Amino acid sequence: MQVSALPVSVGVSFKAEHFYDIIEAQQPLGFFEVHAENYMGEGGPPHAQLAALHERYSLSIHGVGLSIGSVRPLDRDHLARLKKLIGRHRPESFSEHLAWSSHNGVYYNDLLPLPYSEETLAYAVEHIDEVQITLGRQMLLENPSTYVQFAESTIPEVEFIKELSDRTGCGLLLDVNNVFVQAKNHGTGPLDYLDRFPLNRVAEIHLAGHDDQIDNTGAQLLIDAHGTPVAEPVWALYDEVIARTGPIATLIEWDNDVPAWPVLRAEALGAKAILDRTARACAV
Amino acid sequence: MKGRQVFAPIQDAFAAALLDADLPVPAALTTHAAKIPAKRFAVYRNNVVVGLVDALASRFPATSRLVGEEFFRAMSRIYVTAHPPRVPVLMFYGDSFPDFIASFAPAAELIYLADVARLEAARTRAYHAADAEPVDPMRLKALDQDALAELRIVPHPSAQIVRSRHPIVSIWAMNSGDKRVGPIEDWRGEDALVVRPRLDVEVRSLPPGGAAFLSALFAGSTLAAAIEAAELESAEFDLITNLAGLIAAGVVSKLSLPALPRK
Repeated sequence: MQVSALPVSVGVSFKAEHFYDIIEAQQPLGFFEVHAENYMGEGGPPHAQLAALHERYSLSIHGVGLSIGSVRPLDRDHLARLKKLIGRHRPESFSEHLAWSSHNGVYYNDLLPLPYSEETLAYAVEHIDEVQITLGRQMLLENPSTYVQFAESTIPEVEFIKELSDRTGCGLLLDVNNVFVQAKNHGTGPLDYLDRFPLNRVAEIHLAGHDDQIDNTGAQLLIDAHGTPVAEPVWALYDEVIARTGPIATLIEWDNDVPAWPVLRAEALGAKAILDRTARACAV
Repeated sequence: MKGRQVFAPIQDAFAAALLDADLPVPAALTTHAAKIPAKRFAVYRNNVVVGLVDALASRFPATSRLVGEEFFRAMSRIYVTAHPPRVPVLMFYGDSFPDFIASFAPAAELIYLADVARLEAARTRAYHAADAEPVDPMRLKALDQDALAELRIVPHPSAQIVRSRHPIVSIWAMNSGDKRVGPIEDWRGEDALVVRPRLDVEVRSLPPGGAAFLSALFAGSTLAAAIEAAELESAEFDLITNLAGLIAAGVVSKLSLPALPRK
C-alpha cells in the first residue's frame, strides 16, 4: 500500500485565482493541496491547472465528502469518483476527515460531528479500511473541530483517533487550529490534547484562521472559518508541536475571503521559518 | 461487534434539524457549558445553508446581479432547504435551480430570469466538460463536396444550446462584465450556443435557424436533414454563415462521411 509522502516543507491550499501568480515564479513551497470534490468534473481548466502545478510541486488531495464518520455505508459512487481522480493525478498524499457530511441521500456540505463510542469506532474503522483498500493507498485522517458534544460519547476524542489509526494503519493529519478550537470550545487544554495525541503518526499539519464568538451561555465559541490569518496562540501551539516532532509537511488553509497571493505566500513563509529553524536545531 | 446501536437515531435527528429550523436542537447534544446548546447547533445550520447558498451564488452570478444579492440569497435559501444536493460534488449543484426560478412567484416579473439562469448553468457544465480537440476548419474543405449532404458531426463535449424567447445573451453579457449595461434596443429572443473548445467558455448568440440546425446535428442528423430543420424554422436561415460559425466556434470534435464506393 502506497504511503502518504509529502515533502517536509510548506504548502498552501490552492485557489484558481492564484494560478497565474503561482506559475510565473518558483515559489518557496513544496506542495499544494486541493479539495477532491472540486476536481470531479471531466475536464477543463481545473484539471489543466492541477496538472501544471503537479509538474512543479507535490500534490495533496484532501477530501471533504466521504462521510467516514457516518453510521451509513460509504457512498460507492463517490468513492469511485475519488479513485478516478487519484488515478488521474497521482497525488503524493490523500487525506479525509473524522466527520460525516451526507445522510439519507442528502449532502450537507459541512463536516458534522459524531459521538465517540465502540459503535461509531467500528463504523469508522470499516469505512477507512474500505477507502484504503479501494484506493490501494494509505489515507491520512484529520482531527475535527466541533461545536457540540454528545452525551453518548464514551471514548475521549484523542483515544478514538489513536484507536482508528492502530486498527486501520491510517496516518494522521494534525490540524493545529482544530486542536485549539476544540480545546476552547469544550473547556479543555490544547497542550493536554497534544500530550495524548499519537504525534508519531502525523504525516501532515494544517494551520488556519478561526473566528472568535460567544455562545448563548456566554462561553467562548471558536468557529473553524478558514477566512483569516492563523491566530497567535495557534502559531505558538504549532511551534510546540514541531519542537516535539521535528519538521513535518505543513499546510496553510485559507478558503474564505481568500487574500491576494502575496498575503497567503507570506503566511506560508511564517510556517517555513518555524520549520527551517527546527531543522537547523535538529542538525546541530 | 458494534454493541448498542445508538448513533443512527441521533444522526437522523441531527440531519433533519439542519435544514428545518422549526425542529428542536437534537436532545443528545451537550456542551461543557450548556444542556441545550442552541447557538452552537445554529453554527451547523448556518454553515449548511450559507455554504449551499454560496455555491449557487458562485454558479449564478448574473442571475444574482439581476435580482440583487439580498433577493437572490433569500430565493436561494428556499431552494436549498427544498432541494438540497444529493451528491458531494457542488460544481453541478443547482441544475434544477432555473426551473425553480421559473415557478418562483416573487420573481415572475423578470420573465427572462430563469433562461439567464439556464445559460449560467450551461456555462458551468461546459467549464467542467471533458476535453476534446475541435476539428481543424481545413478538414471541411478537404471533404468530398458531393457527399456533404450525408455529413454528420460529433459535437464537442462542452457544446450546449440554450433557447429563449428573451434576449438572454445580451442580458447575460451585460450582467457578467462582458458588456456595458444599457438599454436593449432590439428586444427579441436569442438562442445561445455555449462551448468550451479549449480552456475558455464562450457564449454566442446563434443566427436565425441556427439553434434548430445545431440541435439536429447534435442529435446525429445528416447535414441535409439539419438544413431542412433549420429552413423549416426560419426563412432567413443561411447555410454558409451557420456552417462557418459552427467550425469557427470549435463546436465540432469529429466529422464523418459514409464510406463511398470508389468512382
